Amino acid sequence: MSLKITKTPKCYVGGAFIRSESGRVFELKDAGGTFYANVPRCTKKDLRNAVEAAAKAGAGWAKRTPYNRAQILYRLAEMLEARAAEMAEAVMLDGSTKTQADTEVTASIGRIVHFAGWADKYEQVLGSVNPVASPHFNFTLTEPVGIVGVLAPENASLLGLVTLVLPVITAGNAVVALASRKAPYPSILLGEMLATSDLPGGVVNLLTGDRKEMLATFATHEHVRAVSAVAEGEDAVTLQRGAAESVKRVKLHEVKTDWFSEKHESPYAIRDFTEAKTVWHPVGN
Amino acid sequence: MTRPALRRLLDEIGTVDAVGIEERVANYTTRSIKKGSKVFGLKLAASMVDLTTLEGKDTPGKVASLCQKALAPHEGDVPRVAAVCVYPSMVKHAAKHVKGSGVKIASVATAFPSGQAPLKTRLAEVRQAVADGADEIDMVINRGAFLEGELEIVQEEIVQVVEACGEATLKVILETSELETYDHIRAASFLAMRVLRPGDFIKTSTGKTSANATLGNNQVMIEAIRDFYLATGTEIAMKPAGGIRTAKQALQFLIAVKETLGDAWLNNRRYRFGASSLLNDLLRQLETQRTGAYQAPWTFSDDSSGY
Repeated sequence: MSLKITKTPKCYVGGAFIRSESGRVFELKDAGGTFYANVPRCTKKDLRNAVEAAAKAGAGWAKRTPYNRAQILYRLAEMLEARAAEMAEAVMLDGSTKTQADTEVTASIGRIVHFAGWADKYEQVLGSVNPVASPHFNFTLTEPVGIVGVLAPENASLLGLVTLVLPVITAGNAVVALASRKAPYPSILLGEMLATSDLPGGVVNLLTGDRKEMLATFATHEHVRAVSAVAEGEDAVTLQRGAAESVKRVKLHEVKTDWFSEKHESPYAIRDFTEAKTVWHPVGN
Repeated sequence: MTRPALRRLLDEIGTVDAVGIEERVANYTTRSIKKGSKVFGLKLAASMVDLTTLEGKDTPGKVASLCQKALAPHEGDVPRVAAVCVYPSMVKHAAKHVKGSGVKIASVATAFPSGQAPLKTRLAEVRQAVADGADEIDMVINRGAFLEGELEIVQEEIVQVVEACGEATLKVILETSELETYDHIRAASFLAMRVLRPGDFIKTSTGKTSANATLGNNQVMIEAIRDFYLATGTEIAMKPAGGIRTAKQALQFLIAVKETLGDAWLNNRRYRFGASSLLNDLLRQLETQRTGAYQAPWTFSDDSSGY
């Protein structure tokens, strides 16, 4: 008989696996109510540190060629595919059946591949050449907005997270995401896959913990340029108020969103996190 | 191997317990400074900054913008920095902007950063900088002579630079990274302090080598200052420089000062930070304290890149 080696769940921030700076954890129980692991309970200070990490990595990621971004995102799908069974078990911690979990993992892989495909194509769809009544060549390009905060849904803890994160990084942004509180474990595994996917450390940072402790900071942090959140009611108001103060975009999703729906697979999900730049280039006859 | 002259000096002043120093400074990083104390510390640190640009690409225009930043770091209740620190050729350009404002002009001299020039040249450089309007001179010691064990040469050169300074305050850069051990840093500190005037500085680094100011080096030097003060009553000031980029680091250095030298050293006549990017991080944290929201770097005007 061998000793069981249990894994300490850690958050993926700045390309490293960290505990919360506070040292706090919360207990994660499996579907049967048995203790499974202690998960970091991150603070707004962890959020701030993650934003610093995202700021460092963001510029380099935005400069990668779209083709290179596509390859790296596709590799993320490969990493998830290779550990699909392990990820399905992580998803099942929230009480999902094996079939449901397998379906969610498969859908997540599909979604990653979908956005990997868009990486070198969205510009052709979202950018434009504009007719103008003067001797100018006028065209519009997209640019990433910068650092984007993601507040993942409570249910569909893997697919929901992936669906919100992927369009953001496809456009060359960096992400700081807060995972589902009741089912954080898939985000812990996703962090390990991100770490081996060639995605530069700091482009995606995944935090776990209580939403109410970090929500306001996501909204007010000046360096965060957009928030993509599954939030309603009071949470949504807090986000919008804080975002107004720091002039950032807020993309809200309903709690009852069907994350399996194909409507999420669209370049317009990418457009939400891009800035349009229009150039007037003088031309002769 | 320790050279005989150095051995004798160390016997006199005592050696450094390296493990003890490391333990001591590790402790400083665990303090929790919040709210009012934090704001006090941040403002104090801002008032101690020697805002620095020491690059081959420095121009009068860049020095002018550095001076503007020194005079008005940010809107609101933020103190001016202690000094601007520039190369000798830029002193006269800085003087146009900050003379009479209370912000001092510091100039590195003596063939900074290597110090590898004839003494005559180095002294002429100091005199020229002072003549052009420098209030403070940052000199480098002769590390080659120090490591050779030629302590008299090191000390004699400092004496001559003190003379060349006239009214100007002198800061003696030990370049701790090239002295290799804590014992050497303590010895060099004493060598310098014995020939300095009250109010002159000892300084850790040029910022031009791989290793810069650390809490450990800082601790060895402020303990030397403390021991020297207790023995002679002469108050020597301290300036860590290079590598201090965040407000958090600055607060840790201030904790070291408070707990080793006490309140008498917690002002910009006795303690300075040689830094450039530190200032904006201090402003950023002050603004975070004031507004309650974390700030983006672009909220603050650029000073200059440097060490």
